[in-house]
Amino acid sequence: MAHSQTAEPTRRDFLYIATAAVGAVGAAATLIPLIDQMNPSADVLALASIEVDLAPIQPGQSVTFTWRSHPLFVRRRTPEEIAAARAVNVAELIDPLARNANFPENAPATDDNRLTPNVGGPAGGAAQPMEKPEWLVLVGVCTHLGCTPEASTPQAPQGNYGGWLCHCHGSQYDIAGRVRVGPAPQNLAVPPYAFLSDTRIKVG
Amino acid sequence: MSGPSTYQPKTGFERWLDARLPIIRFSQEHLLSYPTPRNLNIWYTFGGILTVFLTTQILTGIVLAMHYTADSGLAFDSVEHIMRDVNSGWLLRYLHSNGASMFFLAVYIHIFRGLYYGSYKAPREMIWILGVILYVLMMATAFLGYTLPWGQMSFWGATVITNFFSAFDALIPGLGTGIVTWLWGGFGVDNATLHRFYSLHYLLPFVIAGVVGLHIWALHVPGNNNPLGIDVKGPQDTLPFHPYYTVKDLFFLSCFLILYAYFVFFNPNLLGDPINYAPANPIQTPEDIVPEWYFLPFYAILRSIPNKLIGVLALFASLITLFFVSWLDTSAVRSTRFRPLYKQFFWMLVADVVILGYVGSQPVDAVLFNTPVPLVWLGRLGTLYYFLHFWIVMPLVGLIETPKPLPDSIAKSVLAAAPAE
Repeated sequence: MAHSQTAEPTRRDFLYIATAAVGAVGAAATLIPLIDQMNPSADVLALASIEVDLAPIQPGQSVTFTWRSHPLFVRRRTPEEIAAARAVNVAELIDPLARNANFPENAPATDDNRLTPNVGGPAGGAAQPMEKPEWLVLVGVCTHLGCTPEASTPQAPQGNYGGWLCHCHGSQYDIAGRVRVGPAPQNLAVPPYAFLSDTRIKVG
Repeated sequence: MSGPSTYQPKTGFERWLDARLPIIRFSQEHLLSYPTPRNLNIWYTFGGILTVFLTTQILTGIVLAMHYTADSGLAFDSVEHIMRDVNSGWLLRYLHSNGASMFFLAVYIHIFRGLYYGSYKAPREMIWILGVILYVLMMATAFLGYTLPWGQMSFWGATVITNFFSAFDALIPGLGTGIVTWLWGGFGVDNATLHRFYSLHYLLPFVIAGVVGLHIWALHVPGNNNPLGIDVKGPQDTLPFHPYYTVKDLFFLSCFLILYAYFVFFNPNLLGDPINYAPANPIQTPEDIVPEWYFLPFYAILRSIPNKLIGVLALFASLITLFFVSWLDTSAVRSTRFRPLYKQFFWMLVADVVILGYVGSQPVDAVLFNTPVPLVWLGRLGTLYYFLHFWIVMPLVGLIETPKPLPDSIAKSVLAAAPAE
């Protein structure tokens, strides 16, 4: 065999190792574009934002729009629903975090923190989120395996918490979109959005 | 097992070819004179049946690809075009979609046959492991193919299954989402996803064909196991593969094809979900998401666990477990025929998989018939037994069981007047 019998590494050993090392680095470098091509392309990444007209939505109604190829839930909550959502003890939730792109990541999942502080509107000013507690905006993707949960209506409640039920694997969400029954691990995500006027929001 | 070659080239051309590419010698050794245990029963014909179905799927798939368009705006319509406009298109598509079901039916029989007769035990571990790899490749191919018609169940099945990987967010935040976005090529299942699924669906059957080659290569080293599970001791225990097993395989293949033809010609949509004839709608999930029948037991395992990460890990573990079967079984006896205790557990496993399949086919909040027992508890029991069977029962029964006496040889057993059992 070509290998030396001595304990000292030979010039040939060095050449073997150097060749293999350069080959391995080259192979790894070749793999990068082959793997990276599967990530979202530039046109997909060009972030889309949509504007939603809230005027036609009635109290108690939930309307679904499409945002970044996902369903977007916009729900106008009734005073009873808001009261029910506020009465929940955050410490008892499966996911105690707000999961709201409009708040810091560690914000607790209170009902207020599931809304948006961006309520500028024509008057502008430092309005508080609780000023518009009737509007709930959610990404309609179950945090378990990505199905679209079904919204409760007064005639047909979905699940036991007045919010949404995912038929795929039985997860239930309350009227603030917080997960109450698994297997979903997280609350429904709240997208970044802001009020442009009292009846118009911009999402994304 | 194949000894020194008995092939004698007869013509001048054969001698010329044999010195350059001994392909006739190879075929003669592995397809014609190949010594095969003389006691193989009908359950041993499914390897041949599976080869035929792999060929059928590749052939029908190649011609379907001549008419299909992998674009999220055109895919659904191109499948309808195949069904309505393309000459014999309906037949080719029904052959392909029902062929997948028949392929899985045959592979399940093939797997349980291997489990019953101990075909996974030494010296056949590599055959078994390659078989599990083939099974996983088949599942991947079937899943990718089911996405292509871009119906409601295509879309939502792809969404749910790719989301399995998002469970890894619970280990390293962002890892799971990163993998899923990479698989999708976007923020959701969309055009980019369909294109890559089509590309891989076309590729994987050829990978399967390659691994089938390795599977058969590994089989032809020790030779076939047999219903007695004892080793071949000499030429008196074997028959040449041709004509004995070519004819037997052909006969049972014909029987199996009758079942296939029933589905294709008389009930082509029985095994599919009607909701998949509705075009994919990214903002409306169907009431019940149900996978194709051959995935139902695994779906039940996933749904039986209320924690996302653990549910997904249990699903993966149920497949990974199969890789270890060769070493989990501690019994010195291969065939379950001679293992009275293990035989009962074997049939419990069969029943367990069937029950899990039933649970997986029902809505998530269903109850057991008219009782108030939630079906999810039956799924939990079934999941528990599945893992207990492989990790506890298999090692333990092998240690405590007293097997029945084994026959001296295959030849003696075959020639004895009384049946072996």
